[in-house]
Amino acid sequence: MARVVVDVMPKPEILDPQGQAVANALPRLGFSGIGSVRQGKHFELEVDDSVDDATLAKIAETFLANPVVEDWVVRRVES
Amino acid sequence: MSKIGVITFPGTLDDVDAARAVTYAGAEAVSLWHADADLRGVEAVVVPGGFSYGDYLRCGAIARFAPVMTEVVAAAAKGMPVLGICNGFQILCEAGLLPGVLIRNQGLHFVCRDQWLRVENASSAWTSRYEQGAEILVPLKSGEGCYVAEKSTVDELEGEGRVVFRYVGGNPNGSTNDIAGVSSANGRVVGLMPHPEHAIDALTGPSDDGLGLILSVLDSLVAA
Repeated sequence: MARVVVDVMPKPEILDPQGQAVANALPRLGFSGIGSVRQGKHFELEVDDSVDDATLAKIAETFLANPVVEDWVVRRVES
Repeated sequence: MSKIGVITFPGTLDDVDAARAVTYAGAEAVSLWHADADLRGVEAVVVPGGFSYGDYLRCGAIARFAPVMTEVVAAAAKGMPVLGICNGFQILCEAGLLPGVLIRNQGLHFVCRDQWLRVENASSAWTSRYEQGAEILVPLKSGEGCYVAEKSTVDELEGEGRVVFRYVGGNPNGSTNDIAGVSSANGRVVGLMPHPEHAIDALTGPSDDGLGLILSVLDSLVAA
C-alpha cells in the first residue's frame, strides 16, 4: 500500500470567492501581511501497489478535479 | 400521452414540482430512480434541482456516475430531449452533456429570489413556445450558479445562439455574460439555474411563465 496525495486548486484565472472571503477575514482577526488566499482541496488515498500513475492521473482528471476550472497534482508519499 | 421522466437522486428536492409541471402540461410524469439503468420508455427527461449526494466533492460530480445517467447520456446522443434545472444543470455539465461548469456564487451568498430571464433562443427543444427575446419571471435559488467556461467555449456558445436564457435586471451570481442557461449544439439538451418548474401557476409561484418549457418539449415530441 502506498499513500497518494492529490491536491486540487482553482485555476489562477478562475474567481475563488471562498479564498477571497478567507483573505478578507484575516485583517479583521488581527493578522496582517497576507496578500491573498486561494482555497482548494486535498485528498489522501491509500492505494494498492498495482495502481499505476496513469490510473491515478485519470482518477484526478475525471473525478477529483474538474479540469474546466481546476488544476490538479498527484504525489506518491512514502508509506 | 407523452411520457417525460423525472430523475430522483439521493438529495434531490424538486422532483415533485418537476413532475407536477409535467402533469400540468398534459403529459405523463414517470419517476426515474438514480440506481436503475432504465429510462422506462420515456421520450424526454428532466433532471431536477436539489443537492444530489449532498453536493459532496463538487455539485453534480457524483450524480453523474449514477446508473440512470449512463442511460440519459446514451439517449441524449440519439437526440432525446433533456432538461437540467439547477442541480440538474450542474449534473449535465459534469456529465459532459453541456459545456462549462457552475461554481460558487460571486459574493458567496445563496441567492433566493424571483428572477427575470430573457429567452435568447426560442428554437431549442425546450423553448419553442416562447417568443425570441421574451422575458419570463421564475424563482432562482442557488449557491453555486456562477457559469464559467473556457473563453473559446463561451465565444462558441454566443456565436451559435446556444445561450438560451440570460439574466436581466442584474446578474445574481457573477455568471459569465449573465448566462442563466445554455444548450447542446443540437438544441435538444438544455440546462438552466433558475426553476421554471416552480413557476407554472400564479397560485403557487411568481408567474406561470415556466410551463412553456414543458409545453415546448411536448410540441417537439409530437412533431417528431
